[in-house]
Formats: sequence, C-alpha cells, structure tokens
Amino acid sequence: MAQLTREEILRYSRHLIMPEVGLKGQERLKDAKVLCVGTGGLGSPLAMYLAAAGVGTIGLVDFDVVDESNLQRQILHGTGDVGKRKVESARETLADVNPNVNVVLHEERLTSENALRILEPYDVVADGTDNFPTRYLVNDACVMLGKPNAYGSIFRFEGQASVFAHGDGPCYRCLYPEPPPPGMVPSCAEGGVLGILPGVIGVIQATEVVKLALGIGEPLVGRLLLYDALEMQFREMKIRRDPACPVCGESPTVKELIDYDQFCGVPDLEERQRVDAEWEIEPTELRARLDNGNDVYLLDVRNPDEFAICRIDGAKLIPLPQLLEGMHQLDSARDIAVYCHSGIRSAQAVNFLRSIGFRRVKNLRGGIDAWSREVDSSVPRY
Amino acid sequence: MSVKILIPTPLRAYTENQAAVEAEGETVSAVLDDLIRRHDRLSRHLLDESGAVRSFVNVYLNQEDVRHLGNGATAVRPGDILTIVPSVAGGGGAPWPS
Repeated sequence: MAQLTREEILRYSRHLIMPEVGLKGQERLKDAKVLCVGTGGLGSPLAMYLAAAGVGTIGLVDFDVVDESNLQRQILHGTGDVGKRKVESARETLADVNPNVNVVLHEERLTSENALRILEPYDVVADGTDNFPTRYLVNDACVMLGKPNAYGSIFRFEGQASVFAHGDGPCYRCLYPEPPPPGMVPSCAEGGVLGILPGVIGVIQATEVVKLALGIGEPLVGRLLLYDALEMQFREMKIRRDPACPVCGESPTVKELIDYDQFCGVPDLEERQRVDAEWEIEPTELRARLDNGNDVYLLDVRNPDEFAICRIDGAKLIPLPQLLEGMHQLDSARDIAVYCHSGIRSAQAVNFLRSIGFRRVKNLRGGIDAWSREVDSSVPRY
Repeated sequence: MSVKILIPTPLRAYTENQAAVEAEGETVSAVLDDLIRRHDRLSRHLLDESGAVRSFVNVYLNQEDVRHLGNGATAVRPGDILTIVPSVAGGGGAPWPS
C-alpha cells in the first residue's frame, strides 16, 4: 500500500479525519488507477475532482484538439489552450490541481484493436465519451475485463448516470440493447448542451469512482439516475441484468470486441465522402455562382436558434425535422444549395430530397462553418 | 383512467414543450396510443415502422422497465407515472469523430 507524504497528509486532511476514508482509504485512493475516456464536458470535472481527491493514477483517452466552442463546459481547458491537444492541456491542469497524481496520456481514438490494451492496467473506467460506437465499445471491453464502468451521458438539460459491469450488476447493453440508427438522436453538437450539466453528471461519475476505490457506500449499480436541470429533479429507474444480454448474459454471443461503427450503423468516413462528393458544392464555388447572379435557392436546415446566430444572406430556413412538412416551398426546377452547421444534417436533407426526385440539389461542403472560414469571415463561427 | 407521462428533452418539441403530459388508458400500450393521438408528431420518434416502441427508447412504469413487467400489456393504475427515457450518447465533447 502506498504511503502518504507529509505534504499529502496536510493536503488530504479533510478526508483523513473522516472514518469512512481515513489514512487507509486515502492510501487506497493513491493506489487507485482510473481511466477517463474523453476529456470533454464530462471528463473535465471528473478528472479534476479525481485528481484533487488524490487518485494516484489517472489515464486520459482523447485524440481531439481544444476548440473555442468547448470552453463553455470543458473546464479542464482554458482560453489559452485553444488549439492545443486536449490530453496535453488536461495534463497541465491536473498537474496544477495536484502534482502528486501520475497522469497517463493515451492520445488515440479508442478502437476495438486498442481498447483491451488501454483499459487493462486500470481498476475503474469512467465513460465520458460522446458517441454510441465508443459507448458500446467501452461497455463490452469493461465486461470482458471485469472492470466497473462509471457511466454518464448528457443532452441539452438532462443527464443519465449509472455504474455498469460491477459484480452481478447489469451492463449498458442490458439497459439499451441496441443503439439508435444514425440521425435519430441528435448529438450535443447538433442539439446543444447546458454548459453546467456535464459538471453535475461528471461529478456524480467521480463520486461513484471514489466510492468504488474506497469500497464504501452503495454504488449506483442496477439503477439509472436521471437528472433534469430545468425541473431540478433527480429520478431513479431500476436496471435489471438481462439473462439474454449478448455480452454479460448467461450465454454470451459477443465474446470479443466487434466493429462498433458497423454495429451502430455508422458509415465509414470513406463511404460518407464518396457518397457526398458528387452531391456537394464547395463554399468557393457557391460564392462564385451567387456573385455571378446565378439563381440558387439557399436552404438552411439548422434549428431557428442557430439561424438567429448567423445565416448566409438570402437563405430560407426549414429546420431538418420540418423538412417533410415544408418541402412544398421548394421548387425542384431550381438549383438548391442546402447547408447546416458542418454539412452532416444538410447531407441528410440532400439524401432525402434526392430520394423524392429533386435532381438540382447540392450540399454545401462543411456547412456554414466552412463558409465562414473560406468565403465570408463576417459570418460568426459557433 | 388518466396517467402522467414524463417526456424527455429531445421529445418535448413534439409535446408543445411540456415536460409532463396526461394520457388515458388501462394498459401501457393504450396509454402510449392515447399519448400519440394527442401528440401525433411523437409517433415517428417513439414507434418503429411496425408500431412497436423503438429499441433505443425505454419506457418505465414508475421505476420499473416495462420490458421486465408485461411490456405493452402491463396494467396501469391511478397515480402511476410513465417515464420515457431515450438512449443518449452525449458527453459534451467533440462531435462525431471523423
């Protein structure tokens, strides 16, 4: 068992005087190894509180770079970190919070090939990712390695938390056997998220991690905690282990990690680009057509709040969810350029319009974000 | 009999932004059918092409997942609360890795 230094005894004194933690508990925290998957909204408060609490080894998995739009909620990163690698920015923050912590960086996307290797040295995993393939990957790897998974998930004003793959408890697949098809559930990047929300959920994850490391209290196993910030209510639902669960059930059929992009129906990047290329228009090309006086109907499929932030002059707004009802406004004989924030929702709109017979419809590559970067810097980025 | 149904944020756009709505019925299925009659735009988001509740949407009667009760045939009683909880992946990080 690790010994505490004089400096650590003073630092952790408010822990040490509680019988539930005490010197032994604090030494257990120092010995604990926790992997935070993601250093974004959830991973920020999670890793910072774990570091402050004295968790000895904290692993961080992220392959992203700090962007200004992260700062509203990702408190590991500050204004001066924009453009830095997230794991590096996180390491600096954690070292400042508590230099006694050994921070291990895994700057890569978690995949079926590397997940078992990355997770293996850790005692507890905390899942703060932002997409379904990684959620199922983390779950399956935790079940296979027998490591508890402190789970948290957020959207707009609501959050969910639980502890999966702990003892006889259920796993994420017992709760949600299948992921939604792509496009059915918007991501935070499309739907937005209250900046404070991941603070609440990430701290619940951190609490569960610390309880597991200390072996105290009643872990959030077999229970789904739901938090609604607008109503300011916590609710709790029961999660039962599914005997037919393909991963943790009585006769598992998934015994090794699978292709999670395929499981979640996510087309691979190459496929998306190939399909998109012929139906896309570059920002510079669209600008040239508009400048030459060509007749192009500009269709904005973002939500009205995004439209209020910025738009391309002359664009008409029909949010993607209302496209079916609003398509009578469109004239299939005209050239139509469709855009959204980054080109993903508008690609869905283009696919849909093409499927019902529109032929002169193009997707603005990279959306209004690329338009702002490449063509018109007076359009604010968000 | 009227039952309270709690609506999650992503679906409130289809219930005039109400977080809780009422619907009538003697079973979970009947209550959900009545909910969709009152808020027909919920249908596509709640039900699949065959009319079953979508696999990534969980419905809880009070605290219990209806899959562990009698699914749609589960009887409801006065004062029961149905909660709709969709699968959510967000972590407040970057958008889809690409």
